[in-house]
Amino acid sequence: MAREKAVWRRLLRRRMAVAGMVILAVVLLAAVLASLVAPYDPQRMDVFHRLMPPSGRNWLGTDDFGRDEFSRLLFGARLSMLTGTLVVIFATAAGTVLGLLSGYVRWLDDLVMRFSDALMAFPDILLAIALMAALGPSLVNVVLALGTVYTPRVARLVRGAALVLQRTQFVEAAEALGAGDVRIVRVHLLPNIFSLLIVQATFTFAAAVLTEAALSFLGAGIPPTTPSWGNMIAGGQQYLDRAEWLILAPGFAILFTVLSLQILGDAFRDVLDPRLRRLT
Amino acid sequence: MLVVMFFVATVVFAIIHVIPGDPAAVMLGPSATEAQVAELRTRLGLDAPLLLQYVRFLVDAAQLDLGQSLFLNQSVAAALLSRTGVTLQLTLMAAALATCIGVPVGVFSALRRGSWLDQAVTGIAMTAASLPSFWIGLTLIEHLSVRLKMFPVAGYGAPDAGWAAHLHSLVLPAIAVGLPNMALILRLTRTAMLDVLDEDYVRTARAKGLSSASVVIKHAFRNARTAVLTVVGLTVITLIGGAIVTETVFGLPGVGNLIVSAVLRRDYPVIEGALLVISGIYVLINLATDLLYLVLDPRLRD
Repeated sequence: MAREKAVWRRLLRRRMAVAGMVILAVVLLAAVLASLVAPYDPQRMDVFHRLMPPSGRNWLGTDDFGRDEFSRLLFGARLSMLTGTLVVIFATAAGTVLGLLSGYVRWLDDLVMRFSDALMAFPDILLAIALMAALGPSLVNVVLALGTVYTPRVARLVRGAALVLQRTQFVEAAEALGAGDVRIVRVHLLPNIFSLLIVQATFTFAAAVLTEAALSFLGAGIPPTTPSWGNMIAGGQQYLDRAEWLILAPGFAILFTVLSLQILGDAFRDVLDPRLRRLT
Repeated sequence: MLVVMFFVATVVFAIIHVIPGDPAAVMLGPSATEAQVAELRTRLGLDAPLLLQYVRFLVDAAQLDLGQSLFLNQSVAAALLSRTGVTLQLTLMAAALATCIGVPVGVFSALRRGSWLDQAVTGIAMTAASLPSFWIGLTLIEHLSVRLKMFPVAGYGAPDAGWAAHLHSLVLPAIAVGLPNMALILRLTRTAMLDVLDEDYVRTARAKGLSSASVVIKHAFRNARTAVLTVVGLTVITLIGGAIVTETVFGLPGVGNLIVSAVLRRDYPVIEGALLVISGIYVLINLATDLLYLVLDPRLRD
């Protein structure tokens, strides 16, 4: 516990990290409270108020169907946070299991690593869009596709760390005392790769938000009627010259969210364990 | 390399054929009759046992036979080939932009470590890395093309418009694709330089009175080069990813545009072909970087 306190203290001393946490907290709050805070139903159309500029009535204006942009932005936050969280859980869980397996089971190692090489030979967005073409557009499928895209990185990282840790004296000592593989993984490896996983999870979250936005923008992600930041930008691009606010609001939402996550990822890496610089 | 490509082909096959769901039914949509679906299944060879399909797929891919597009009335290879030029130009321009700005600014930033300039550069780089390239593209179109009319709004110009017009139409897309990559290259160059600048031989070079330009260029950067090369090689893949999305924004007739429309129309042979070709290019680039290491670092030439 003392260690956790020290980590927090060091984190709070960094102004940028604190700013990042505050912004993320706001986005998270917007996501959780979207249905309470939003002034309008994000799907309610109003043909008499199409493409209205920002005003007291509609803080961020309205889109081409007269839907309230601010309300849609809040619900977009919900989607981005939900996708990001689920993708991180998927990729971290699957990546950790696969990484540990290939760190421990010789014959699996080659197979898992060759497949992760193959998956990493595609640009994120290309692999994601191909998977979406096979799966069809829906939130669950976006999570499955992005989870698959980001799992190999976690697996590689965990495998690398497992191989390094296996050769440390404290693990060798535990083995000499007769501890089995399962116990060593649970008691010695997992706690030691935990900081590594946290750092990687933060960067994966950022990448997932960006790639989900690109998928939705291209029409292959979250179904187009659902308010997501990528969909909002896709919808606004026709009205660029008349209603620039339609792409500005979701664009800045993506920027601030991803930027905060990147800053936080950097801060975690420096604070949790300076030696991690070599591994990530 | 062949091993990687074998696994890549397996992944591509798995994406299209093993994921539950019938590609033929999906392609034809809900209004198709049973007979139509069955007919398409036969045409695509989807009625054969999975293992046979897999072997056929591998054999065809090894012979660079990527099949026929379902919508374009063109072979997949021809469709890809006719669109490669634009994508190649775009990727090269973006890579040049990202490297020519990212590397020197990264070196400079490392030399001024901790100064307000260094902090400003790092901040700008992080911002650029957090922006979606399609959003940068749209913003550039709005401000530089629509309002200031400095660049064409979209498209690649008429086929006979001449290379100057083509290049002109690629400037904004190249910025949109290159900017996030510049940020990556800059940050990693900076880190590589910081590592090298701490080394003893750099201090020795300074101590013996060499000019700082000479120390930076001849001693420090020479040794950071391999790290920089790794970064540039690695970012090529994000560059291609950025090009795929950005071509759609700018209406450029490149491979990215082909892929996105193939995905929306579920033109599976085109998707498969594009996946194979792009990952193949990436594997080749990796090979080229490995060879370049030998050129740049004599220690590796054994």
